[in-house]
Amino acid sequence: MNGREVFLVDGARTPFLRARGKRGPFTPVDLAVQCGRPLLARQPVAPDAYDMVILGCVNVIADEMNPARVAALRLGMGEAMVAFSVQINCGSGMQSIDTAFRYIREGRGDLILAGGTEALSHAPMILRDEAVDWLAGMQRSSGPLATAQSALQIRPSHLRPVIGLERGLTDPITDLSMGQTAEVLAHHFGITRQAADAYAIESHRRLAAAQEDGTLADEVLPAFDREGNVYRRDDGVRPESNMKKLAGLKPVFEKPYGQVTAGNASQVTDGACWCILASAEAVETHNLRPLARIVDSDWAALDPQVMGLGPVLSVTPLLQRQKLGAEDIDLWEINEAFAAQVLACLKAWQDEAFCRDVLGLDAPLGVIPRDRLNVHGGAIALGHPVGTSGNRIVLHLARAMAKRGGKRGIATECIGGGQGGAMLLEVA
Amino acid sequence: MEGQLAEFLGGSALELGASHGALGHGHWRYGKDEDGIGWLVLDREDASVNTISDTVLRELDAHLDRIEFNLPRVLVLRSSKARGFAMGADIDALAEMEAEATETLLTEAHRVLDRLEGLSCPTVAVVHGAALGAGFELTLACDYRIAIEGASFGLPEVRLGLHPGLGGTRRLPELIEPTAAMQMMLTGSTAHTKKARDLGIADLVVQERHVRAAVAAIRDGEVEQRGRGLMARAFALSSARTLAATRMRRETEKAAPSKHYPAPHALIDIWEKHGNDPDAMQKAEIASFAQLLQTETSGNLIRAFFLRRTLKNAGGARDDIARVHVVGAGAMGAEIAAWAAMQGKHVTVSDPDEEALGGMIRRAAEICKDEHKDALETRDTLDRLMPDPGEYGVAQADLVIEAGPEKPELKAEIFEGLARRMKPGAILATNTSSLQLADFLEHVPDKARFAGLHFFNPVPKVPLIEVVSHDATGAETRERLLSFCTAIDRLPVAVTDYPGFLVNRALMPYLLEALLMMDEGIAKERIDKAAKEFGMPMGPVTLADQVGLDICLDVAESLSKSLQTGIAEIPALLREKVEAGDLGRKTGRGFYDWSDGTPKPDTSESTGEDLTDRLILPLLNACATCLREGVVGTADEADAAMIFATGFAPFRGGPLHYAGTRGHDAIRARLDEFAAAHGPRFKPDAYWRDVKPT
Repeated sequence: MNGREVFLVDGARTPFLRARGKRGPFTPVDLAVQCGRPLLARQPVAPDAYDMVILGCVNVIADEMNPARVAALRLGMGEAMVAFSVQINCGSGMQSIDTAFRYIREGRGDLILAGGTEALSHAPMILRDEAVDWLAGMQRSSGPLATAQSALQIRPSHLRPVIGLERGLTDPITDLSMGQTAEVLAHHFGITRQAADAYAIESHRRLAAAQEDGTLADEVLPAFDREGNVYRRDDGVRPESNMKKLAGLKPVFEKPYGQVTAGNASQVTDGACWCILASAEAVETHNLRPLARIVDSDWAALDPQVMGLGPVLSVTPLLQRQKLGAEDIDLWEINEAFAAQVLACLKAWQDEAFCRDVLGLDAPLGVIPRDRLNVHGGAIALGHPVGTSGNRIVLHLARAMAKRGGKRGIATECIGGGQGGAMLLEVA
Repeated sequence: MEGQLAEFLGGSALELGASHGALGHGHWRYGKDEDGIGWLVLDREDASVNTISDTVLRELDAHLDRIEFNLPRVLVLRSSKARGFAMGADIDALAEMEAEATETLLTEAHRVLDRLEGLSCPTVAVVHGAALGAGFELTLACDYRIAIEGASFGLPEVRLGLHPGLGGTRRLPELIEPTAAMQMMLTGSTAHTKKARDLGIADLVVQERHVRAAVAAIRDGEVEQRGRGLMARAFALSSARTLAATRMRRETEKAAPSKHYPAPHALIDIWEKHGNDPDAMQKAEIASFAQLLQTETSGNLIRAFFLRRTLKNAGGARDDIARVHVVGAGAMGAEIAAWAAMQGKHVTVSDPDEEALGGMIRRAAEICKDEHKDALETRDTLDRLMPDPGEYGVAQADLVIEAGPEKPELKAEIFEGLARRMKPGAILATNTSSLQLADFLEHVPDKARFAGLHFFNPVPKVPLIEVVSHDATGAETRERLLSFCTAIDRLPVAVTDYPGFLVNRALMPYLLEALLMMDEGIAKERIDKAAKEFGMPMGPVTLADQVGLDICLDVAESLSKSLQTGIAEIPALLREKVEAGDLGRKTGRGFYDWSDGTPKPDTSESTGEDLTDRLILPLLNACATCLREGVVGTADEADAAMIFATGFAPFRGGPLHYAGTRGHDAIRARLDEFAAAHGPRFKPDAYWRDVKPT
């Protein structure tokens, strides 16, 4: 690969906080500030010494247009800090890292703060189109009679709000919800409900263990709201979960025969994450200690109905380009949008016909052992703040590699709308 | 804005019209535009802010000659000082004046303002920043007031034991709703931009960049005057005024008893009597102002004003502390951190208890609300205030303030832990109130950069900070800390490392004497009443509850350990309360019940034997000792510290000033009497014998 070396030197995130049916304590930029402040404070570099700020965010709120710039200013990074937001749906947090990676590789920057943030609990309630038209009509009509006539045209059903989040998690081309795309994969790849539930239980168990043994200490920093509440850890984890409990849950997306439930899908959650990327020069100048080197990345696109195969389609060309096989990868982070979706990816890589016909491989890519995959749990236990997850899996991969040893790691995610993103790291 | 851009765009220049570049000397400049606008600009020579002096008014008079001769289509009055319109009368000059001279001067000043008011062209005061006192009164003589966003208007004369004297008592009730006008003058409160517009003080609120257009609109008759309300007519009837005045007197008596604070009561009298007769009102205002200026109350309140200025100026302008780390998020640490962040510092706070850090954020949000910060200011304050369980801020801080528990071993451990991590040149300060700095010298990273910053509880309400130097504290460290205190809008006083420093050393004998009286069976309500009648904001028993009985006990024990004489034995009563966990306000119960907020002891019964001297004299005696031993530099600083830390009756001018008024011999004799009756703790300090009052 041409260009300069790029290092991931540090990163931190907020605890991921489950949406509990009302707006959470933090807006997207609040979340970015909560973890960005201590992250910047522990660097030997002044906050205004960065070259730019890039932030992924899908559900931007009206008060925080271009959340990257709002966050940069609120973080005290100086008025001259260039900052832009990126959005590729569930890949936004990785898109920010990839963009920063490319800037530094090309020599157009040395030190970049790249993150992702999402407050799904703040996703707006949307007026129905009929209600919007009615309001516009009211404003246009002149004279009391016309206004009264306009006013009479409203129907109660017009005022029933549309939940923005629901629409956001539905593919606009196919009108399939994300959960339905997982049902499609489960069907094609023969993923059973039991296999998906068992996968989900393991995700919770691994996250709980990582929370207990201090693995996440430098990565997850406490957040503090204005009422004085302290948020210390990801609060969606359910280590007590078991097969019996999960088996009792009803399918959410395709009743009554579907198999994707709230128990084997990722949770709706608020959270932010940042990574600091640096050139070799910046590492030396500022005496930084890299966690990992970013080697390469790739993006792929496919039919939105099977968006869950995004990891398979983005990782495979990356490995081919780097002349690596599955066995060369010591650690994997595959974002857990749905248990069935992750399991479908694993099955696809083992399927001779799929690998030959779709990926153009002579032989199946092979098995990704469970003890190399999402070793500290994933979005099923943590939650999936869509703009943040891609950032989190790259950061966590780097930290887990640094902690466990192992030479190479891959972080990858499926992306609503039918895409996939992948990033290859090496120990620094 | 930062850097070159800020330099090029130059912040926001004031619109000064044709006065810009106009020749002339003195405090005013005048120029007339081609479009008929006359610009009369106040720019006091040799001063960074405008005040209204007798020269300023005489020069205004001379300019009015010229303006009357060649009348502009509209006359604009404004200030060219960046910091605002005008801060009020020239108090330094005022403080020196005799009653008769005052009357002559005011009569002349009124004539000039009446002349301005009588100009036949429209007159417009353009106000940016503050227009206070005489500055505001000057604008009241104009037909229109344009407020630049951020402007404020107020008549704070009552705080100096006076009421407005340049026509304010007449013109403000004419302009706006009379009871609102009286309210402003009686409380000395300030109306900020929006309030000023709502009240009818400001006719227009505009941004600086639109001043010229706004003035042109007035010239062209497009702007209506907002004030000149009809409400004034309702109070033309003397019976209506009497009714309102009775209510005002009742309210005023609660906050400012007429015995100690005559000015607001005099103002109510004038309005009630002459509210419908401008000429009589004017005469009465002048006479009353001249008379009030001669009162002891006014003299002492003006003194307190000067003392505040002295403390403020003690910290130079060179504040180089941008980042602060506070160790400990208890009640004091949290408020210190929140206050500093609100004043623009970047603050990190560590505490082993994350819940305490959460509590600090909640407290900071409360303080922002109490201080009327808007949503953006509150957000920025909270963004600058970072809970820091990882202690990342230590390495970047210019100043580390230790506000941990008052346990010597724990503090020593904290200091040693910080030693390796603080950056070179950073200052370490402790907020201890009962321990001595000297005991920690072997534990601190750099003796020369170790000092005390003793804040008082509650930080937002008590402006004083003791800046404590031990023998090895560097002069530079002390100067930097003094500047820091000024930069965060607090009043610093430099003191030495002495048991209790100055304020607690002086306050404790007073509190302990009160508790001893309780031990003797005197009702706490009677004790508190005696102190309040003397002019203290609250009685000593209430104050002990507020400070916290555990802290009182800590300080008392540390004082009795380190001082041979002059301190009462610690009353058993205090120990019992602390052992029972009744620590005062913070636990909801101390000597009083605080569960429903600040107690209001029933003080209606008569006091019988006068307790005042027995309470107050131990405090005076301790101040004398501190001054003689060099704990504090001057008697004025000691007085200032006691006024701004404890609320010591400001109209008495401070403890040592008060002692001077009574005479040092008299104080000594009275202390001797108490010593004979109650014991050697009353032994008069040598100061009373050796020093004559000035």
